Amino acid sequence: MTIAVARRSTLPGFGLTMGLTLTWLSVIILIPLAALFLKTFELSLDQFWGIVTSRRTLNALKISFGLSFAAACVNLVMGTIIVWALVRYRFPGRRLFDAIVDIPFALPTAVAGVALTQLFAQKGWLGAPLAELGIKVAFTPIGIFIAMIFIGIPFVVRTVQPVLIDLDPEIEEAAASLGANRWHTVFRVILPSLIPALLTGFALAFARAIGEYGSVIFIAGNLPNVSEIAPLLIVIRLSEFRYADATAIAVVMLVASFLIIFLINRLQRWAQARIPVH
Amino acid sequence: MSMQTGLATSTTQLRTYAPATDVSVAAPAPRLEIARAEPGTAQRNLRTEPGPIRFIIIALAIAFLSVFVVLPLVVVFASALSKGVVAYVAALAEPEALAAIKLTLLIAAISVTLNLVFGVVAAWAISKFEFTGKTFLITLIDLPFSVSPVISGLVFVLLFGAQGYFGPWLQAHNVHVLFAVPGIALATIFVTFPFVARALIPLMQEQGTQEEEAAISLGASGLQTFFRVTLPNIKWGLLYGVLLCNARAMGEFGAVSVVSGHIRGETNTMPLLVEILYNEYQFVASFAIASLLAMLALITLVAKTVLERRLDEAEVPDGD
Amino acid sequence: MIRRILPLVAGLLWASSVFAADVSLLNVSYDPTRELYVDFNKAFAAAYQKDTGKSVEIKQSHGGSGSQARSVIDGLQADIVTLALAYDIDAIAGKGLLAADWQKRLPLNASPYTSTIVFLVRKGNPKGIKDWDDLIKPGVAVITPNPKTSGGARWNYLAAWGYAQKKFGSADKAKKFVGDLYQNVPVLDTGARGSTVTFVERGVGDVLLAWENEAFLALREFGADKFEIVAPPQSILAEPPVAVVDSVADKKGTRAVAEAYLKYWYTKEGQEIAARNSYRPRDAEIAKEYEKSFAKVELFTIDDVFGGWTKAQKEHFAEGGIFDQIYKN
Repeated sequence: MTIAVARRSTLPGFGLTMGLTLTWLSVIILIPLAALFLKTFELSLDQFWGIVTSRRTLNALKISFGLSFAAACVNLVMGTIIVWALVRYRFPGRRLFDAIVDIPFALPTAVAGVALTQLFAQKGWLGAPLAELGIKVAFTPIGIFIAMIFIGIPFVVRTVQPVLIDLDPEIEEAAASLGANRWHTVFRVILPSLIPALLTGFALAFARAIGEYGSVIFIAGNLPNVSEIAPLLIVIRLSEFRYADATAIAVVMLVASFLIIFLINRLQRWAQARIPVH
Repeated sequence: MSMQTGLATSTTQLRTYAPATDVSVAAPAPRLEIARAEPGTAQRNLRTEPGPIRFIIIALAIAFLSVFVVLPLVVVFASALSKGVVAYVAALAEPEALAAIKLTLLIAAISVTLNLVFGVVAAWAISKFEFTGKTFLITLIDLPFSVSPVISGLVFVLLFGAQGYFGPWLQAHNVHVLFAVPGIALATIFVTFPFVARALIPLMQEQGTQEEEAAISLGASGLQTFFRVTLPNIKWGLLYGVLLCNARAMGEFGAVSVVSGHIRGETNTMPLLVEILYNEYQFVASFAIASLLAMLALITLVAKTVLERRLDEAEVPDGD
Repeated sequence: MIRRILPLVAGLLWASSVFAADVSLLNVSYDPTRELYVDFNKAFAAAYQKDTGKSVEIKQSHGGSGSQARSVIDGLQADIVTLALAYDIDAIAGKGLLAADWQKRLPLNASPYTSTIVFLVRKGNPKGIKDWDDLIKPGVAVITPNPKTSGGARWNYLAAWGYAQKKFGSADKAKKFVGDLYQNVPVLDTGARGSTVTFVERGVGDVLLAWENEAFLALREFGADKFEIVAPPQSILAEPPVAVVDSVADKKGTRAVAEAYLKYWYTKEGQEIAARNSYRPRDAEIAKEYEKSFAKVELFTIDDVFGGWTKAQKEHFAEGGIFDQIYKN
């Protein structure tokens, strides 16, 4: 970690670049976000609390957070399996699949939304066979769940992949030569050292899913209290001229994002403390 | 300590969007991967699973990626071409489609340019100098990554809407921000804010300041130093950030949807037009526009892969 | 670098704002009028060019009626609003953007065309849906949008309520009826068009509560071999109103052309366009001509049953109103 050593710079331009950075940051990010908080201060605490704890808001938040959590869990498991296959095995098309992982990140959310809906609607390629089995995906909470899995998968894969690649092979070999069977080596030796990366990937996927709008609204039924996500409720409140409600929900979500960022920060600190610097 | 945390966050956050230039937890993926592409036979026995398990894991990974990632992409193109190539081309030649493409390009040009300038400036300040609160500053720059796009649009409604904080003044001076190009551009700049800066900061931090200091001591001006010394070193990383910034700028839906006003042929970007056409039973046209965006995503991915190679190559000589 | 980029950006911004006809109007409308205004705008532009020698370009924006009103309140520069219901224009008037008596400035409640709410069912009407009563039967999935955001959905709701109140004679029973109806709703889209897509394209639900014109459009687009329209014996007279937004038109200096635009609706040509697009024309002659296109439905008005929009909005759709109570159960 030579970089972390403080150095005195003789380079010019600190004042100028710092000033520009802070100005631009303020104009684009800070002032707009401050406006959001300012708007909620127009509400009394009771009003704010009333909005946030109203049944519909609570349900929307529950749906957003609950399904995001569930989707992030699926991403965690499937992401690990995908990383494992991509890093440890050689199979035809491996490089292609490696590149494909990034598609949910690069594909515009509206495109993902219409595509997933088309795919999982009752007449869709996957929707039709699933409907035969009595499973409805599109326009149910399962649809939201699917969309959230779609957008979250690259986050877990891309966070865990480099760590697994970089894992010291000697640890595994040592464990194996000491008589640990493969099962033990994987679950007692390898996975524990991946935990910080796994949790970070999980948190990133979770954060992304909570705020997701474009890919979800097409496939969600948008039924209040059942399949209405919090960002959609914000949009609905806006179109009902209820700015206070919209901003109150937005503030709750924003605070949640701050907390998640904070958590990710912590996870990283933990990761650093655990992994010896090479 | 705080410095370390900041850097650590930067890698993780970045890894999902930008190349992981080695700072803390791990080294960039592709290079090492190539190095270990052919594990020795002795190692293979110890470091892998029994055949059937291997097969199941590979099958699961391929099945999952095929169903969740490949199929949606295929659906886009299949639906776009479902009525033949003529209908597809006709859909894209519609004036409304052309207007949306033009607007999308304009918005991307504005927001990428501004974020490019800002990204370089911010990366210079953050990576070449030491100051307190650096971690906090990086966190602030990261913020738009985790803010819901809807909220990104909402904040500008609160500021510039006729009922918003600056609304009455803007109305009085006949300045249109919301439901016009400036509002759409602002919302897009907000959501794409971190991309360039986040691609550059770890890279420039790693490169240190020695080369620049040498240039300065030889009498070069600050700008000369930047253009002759720093820029050549960071050009691939910069391109990488611009690439991702552009992909997101062209594809943004939620934030733009809130501030657009949906005026046909005027304030509809391509993602918004996808939704509108979809709601007008013009499925072929909707998926035709969607297919253009999907192609953009594919081109982005290819370019990204190429750039990642370049970045790795650039790093190898002065590696650990 | 900055010096090179700024003029470029400025140039692009400028380029985006200059191409235009002599006059340009923005008509902010609701969801199902997309096809209607394509026709109407073309006809009006031709007529206006002939009368005045000036070219006029009409830009359109469509969305849920409530969302559209919100955008206008937030500063969307609409010269004209043509929304699903008077309440949404009242909301704009409430912010002082147009005169409070806007509905009196044009004939017939400023609603040059009307419509009603009908049922769209799948071919052969497998669930045997004939009347409003059939909608609350168990196992019937009803598709209707969210009354909080969609104008059409409010008409749907009020049509059902009006029917029940007339039949059972009490508001309590009407509430129960509408509550039962919404128990059968599996998807609540934000706009009328979203609901049509859900029903028609995605194959969800047994019956779609739709604007009459929207139902006809679905038949035209997807073929009469897949769907049929069931007109209930009774329904509501839906009056989608139109208005010039004074503050915008005066600022842009477009009042004259905007007013001419709306008056064109009341001409034979305008009425014919409405009828051709399955909106019920006001003009008796045109109505007679297109008589066969529309089912015979006994229509009640919102004033009859609910005492006007403001009252209906407050009782039913405001926060904690009857719709919220129904949805809580």
